[in-house]
Amino acid sequence: MLNNKIPSGPLAEKWTHHKFSSKLVNPSNKRKYDIIIVGTGLAGASAAASLAELGYNVQAFSYHESPRRAHSIAAQGGINAAKNYPNDSDSIYRLFYDTIKGGDYRSREANVYRLAEVSNNIIDQCVAQGIPFAREYGGLLDNRSFGGAQVSRTFYARGQTGQQLLLGAYSALVRQMNRGQVKFHPRHEMLDLVLIDGEAKGIVTRNLITGEIQSHSANAVVLATGGYGNAFFLSTNAMASNATAAWRAHKKGAFFANPCITQIHPTCIPVASGHQSKLTLMSESLRNDGRVWVPKKKGDKRHPSEITEDERDYYLERLYPSFGNLVPRDVASRRAKEMCDLGHGVGETGLAVFLDFADAIERMGKDVVVQKYGNLFDMYKQITGEDPYEIPMRIYPAVHYTMGGLWVDYNLMSTIPGLYILGEANFSDHGANRLGASALMQGLADGYFILPYTIGDYLSGKLGEVVSIENEAFSKTESDVKNRINNLISINGNRTVDDIHKELGLILWENVGMARNKSGLEKAIDSIPKLKDEFWSNVKVTGVADELNPELEKAGRVADFLELGELMARDALNREESCGGHFREEHQTEENEAKRNDKDFSFVAAWEHKGNNLPAELHKEKLIFENVELTTRSYK
Amino acid sequence: MKVILKVWRQNNAESQGAFETYPVDNVSEDMSFFEMMDMLNDQLVLDEKTPIAFDHDCREGICGTCGLFINGRAHGKIRGITTCQLHMRSFEDGETIIVEPWRAKAFPVIRDLIVERTSFDRIMEAGGYVSVKTGGTPDANAIPIAKRNADEAMDAASCIGCAACVATCKNSSAMLFVAAKVSHLSLLPQGQPERNERALNMIEAMDEEGFGNCTNTGACEIECPKEISISHIGRLNREFLKASLKG
Ligand SMILES: Cc1cc2nc3c(=O)[nH]c(=O)nc-3n(C[C@H](O)[C@H](O)[C@H](O)COP(=O)(O)OP(=O)(O)OC[C@H]3O[C@@H](n4cnc5c(N)ncnc54)[C@H](O)[C@@H]3O)c2cc1C
Ligand code: SF4
Ligand code: FES
Repeated sequence: MLNNKIPSGPLAEKWTHHKFSSKLVNPSNKRKYDIIIVGTGLAGASAAASLAELGYNVQAFSYHESPRRAHSIAAQGGINAAKNYPNDSDSIYRLFYDTIKGGDYRSREANVYRLAEVSNNIIDQCVAQGIPFAREYGGLLDNRSFGGAQVSRTFYARGQTGQQLLLGAYSALVRQMNRGQVKFHPRHEMLDLVLIDGEAKGIVTRNLITGEIQSHSANAVVLATGGYGNAFFLSTNAMASNATAAWRAHKKGAFFANPCITQIHPTCIPVASGHQSKLTLMSESLRNDGRVWVPKKKGDKRHPSEITEDERDYYLERLYPSFGNLVPRDVASRRAKEMCDLGHGVGETGLAVFLDFADAIERMGKDVVVQKYGNLFDMYKQITGEDPYEIPMRIYPAVHYTMGGLWVDYNLMSTIPGLYILGEANFSDHGANRLGASALMQGLADGYFILPYTIGDYLSGKLGEVVSIENEAFSKTESDVKNRINNLISINGNRTVDDIHKELGLILWENVGMARNKSGLEKAIDSIPKLKDEFWSNVKVTGVADELNPELEKAGRVADFLELGELMARDALNREESCGGHFREEHQTEENEAKRNDKDFSFVAAWEHKGNNLPAELHKEKLIFENVELTTRSYK
Repeated sequence: MKVILKVWRQNNAESQGAFETYPVDNVSEDMSFFEMMDMLNDQLVLDEKTPIAFDHDCREGICGTCGLFINGRAHGKIRGITTCQLHMRSFEDGETIIVEPWRAKAFPVIRDLIVERTSFDRIMEAGGYVSVKTGGTPDANAIPIAKRNADEAMDAASCIGCAACVATCKNSSAMLFVAAKVSHLSLLPQGQPERNERALNMIEAMDEEGFGNCTNTGACEIECPKEISISHIGRLNREFLKASLKG
C-alpha cells in the first residue's frame, strides 16, 4: 500500500526523468493556488520563497516572532556539496555513496542520489544571495572535512553556517513578503491539520499573543516544522522545538517513519546540574583538530596536565586507525558512553571525555586555532568557566537530531494527499545516521530544488478547486483544538509541565537513548503511558487561553511528546537489529560494533495511527539497493 | 547562592507596568540566568501565580530572541554575549538584580519582558537582500571575493537581530542593525547592483518605524553581543550619501 513513487530507470537519470514526466502548472495559473507552509526554518523559508517566486500564493506560519529565529540558525559546522573544489576526488556519486553508507543502508538510493545531485546548486544559490562563506586567499571558497567522509566537501561560514544560510533564505523570503507574494504569520502555532475528503486543505492555528484560534485554507499544506529531539527534554535543540505539527498530522493519517532513529551527537558540553535546560553542541568540526582521549586508569581524577602521554587512551585513534577522530557520530557517541560506563569518564560526574587541542595549538599555532574555532572556544568558556586553550574540553554525547519523521514519497508527499513534509520533519534521506553538514543540505534541497518541482504534479489536478474555511471540517477542528486547550487549563494539578517533561526525558534517555535493549524498551512502553495519564490528571497550567501563555504552549507540546515517546520505544523494540543511531545491545559484533540484519530489517518502518490508546500499525517500505552493495560499515 | 530579582511586570502594551520583587534561593553558580528564571517560574506556577514572560529559544547566543536589560545594561554587564549566555557566577551572592525589557517606541511591550520587534523584519523587507531567484545562478567559484572582504562581510553578517543596540541607544536608533546589513552586502560583488536603493530604502523604512537618529554615542557597539563595529555605521553613512547624490 505504501507507494514511494520512485521513478524507474538508471539511478543518475531518475530525477531528470521524473522532473520531465511530472505534470506542470501553467505560469499564469500558479496565482490561482494557495499554499500553506508551516515552519520557516531553512526548509520552510527556502520553500516559501521559491514557490512565491514561481507565482503561487504562499501563507507562511511560525511560532517564532521572525523567520530568522528558527532553530536552523544554530547550526554551526557547515553544509556539504559535491563540488570537488579541493580536487580530492569528490563527486556526486561519492557524496551519494558516503551518505548511504553513513546512514547504515537505511535510506532510499534514489532520494540520496537526488540530494547529492542538487547539492552543488545549493552552494551556487547561497553564494548568489551573498552568503559570506569562508574563502581562501585567492578569493575562492574554502572547504573543511567532517565526520564520515575522507574528502573535504564542507562549506562553512565561521562557526555560524546555519545562521548565514538561514539569513540567506530569510532574505529571499522577506523579498517575497515585500512583494505581497508571501503572507507571513509570526507567533502563530499550528495546532491541527484540516482534511477535506481525506486531503490536506488547511490548518488551525493559535495566535500566541492573543490566544485566538483561527482557520486557514489552501490547496496544499507543507510542514517544515523541524525535528523532535526535545522529546528527551535535554537536547541541543532550541527550547521551543517540538513535534506538535508532525504529531497532529500523524493523528490525522500521516504515517510516522522510523521514530526510534535519533542522533546522539558526540561533542556536547556535559550536563552540569539538575536545573539544566538545554545542552550545547560543540561543533563536530572540532574533531578535525581536537583529539579525543580518556585516562587509561579507571577513576583517574588527576588534572589532565598531570596525566602523561602513555597514561592516556586516544581510543578513537586506537580503534579506528583510518578515520580516527573523524568516525561518524553514532560510533563516536557510543564509544564515549562505553568509555564512561567502563569507569574512564572524566570530570565531576564521570560522564565526559576529553577533547584536547594541545597538539593542534602546537602544530598550527594558537592564532590559527583562534581563527578556526575562536567562537566555539569562547562559548565553551562562557558556559563551563574553563579555558580550552589551557585545559582540554570535556565533552559528552547529547540528543541532537532526529532521522525519523513523517513518511514521505519521492515527491516529499506524506500518506495524506496534499500534505508535504520538508527538512528535519520528514523521515529524511539520512537513513539510520546523518552525517555532519548534511541536514542543512537536505533542508535546502527540499525547499529550493525539490518541492517546487514536485508540488505541481499534485496541484495541476486541482485547478479551479476552491477551499473555504466555511467548510465544516474547519469548525469541527477548531472546536477540537479549543476543547483540548480548555482541558489542559482545567486540570489544575500539582506538577509543572517541565517537571513531567523532565521525567519523560529521563525515561527516553535511559531506555531509548544511545544503547537500547528489550527489557529497557518494555519498561519505557509500560511507564510512558502511565506518565501520560499522570500528565492529563495532575499537570498544572496557570493563566488563561486567550492571552499570551507560555505554560500553555509548553503543555500542548509535552502532551504530544508523551505520545510520540511511546511510539519511539515501540519502534525501537520492533527493530531487532542495530543500525546507525539505533543500537540494540542484543545485536552487536564481538568488537561492539552495530550488527545490522539486512535480511529482516532492510525496510522503513512507517507507523499508522489507529486511534487514541490503540497500538499503531506497522507498514513496511522495503528498501531496494540496485547500485550499492550492503557492506558492514567499517571505519577502521 | 541567593539573589533578589526586581522584575518589570506588565500585562500588555496598553496596561501600566511596575516592578515586582522576587527573592530566589538555592541558585547554583553553574546555572544560566534563564535557568534561574525557569526555577523561579516553576515556583510561581506552583504558587498559583503568573510566571514571568520572557523571550528565548536557542539559549546559546545565536537566534537573537532573548534580550533583557539587566542592572541597566543590555544583555547584562559582560561584553560580547547575549542574555541567555549569562551565568549566575557573574553575580554576587545576595545581589539585587533589576530586570527590564527593551524599551523603545518601535518595540511595544507584549507582556512583561517580551517586546514586539517585527519592525526589524519590515526594515529587512525594504531591501535587506540580493534580488536573485532560486536557480539559474552561476557556479559559486565564478565570483572570486578577496578573503579580506569576505571576512569583513562576515563580521557584519553575524548580527543576530537582537536589538540590544536600539535598546541601549538614548535615541533608540537602529543604525547599527541597518549598517550591519548594508555593510555586509555592499562589501560583496553580489550586493553591487542594488547598492544604492538598498541604502536609501532601508534607511527610509527605519525612519518610518519610529527609530531615532544616530548621534554617534557609540553605546550600541559596546552592548552588541556580536561586537559589530561602529565603523559599519560610517560605511552606511557614506553609502547613503552617495546614493542620495545619485538621486
Ligand atoms: C546546535 C545544532 C547544530 C547543528 N549544526 C549543523 C551543521 O553544522 N550542519 C548541518 O547540516 N546540520 C546541523 N544541524 C541540524 C540542522 O540545523 C537542522 O536539522 C535543520 O536546521 C532543521 O531545519 P528545518 O528547516 O527542518 O527546521 P527548523 O529550523 O527547526 O525550523 C522549524 C520551523 O517550524 C516552525 N514550527 C514548528 N512547529 C510549528 C507549529 N506547530 N506551528 C508553527 N510553526 C511551527 C518553527 O517556528 C520554525 O520556523 C545542527 C543542529 C543543532 C541543534
Ligand atoms: S547590531 Fe548587534 S546589538 Fe544590534 S541587533 Fe545586531 S547583534 Fe543585536
Ligand atoms: S535565546 Fe537565542 S540568542 Fe539568547
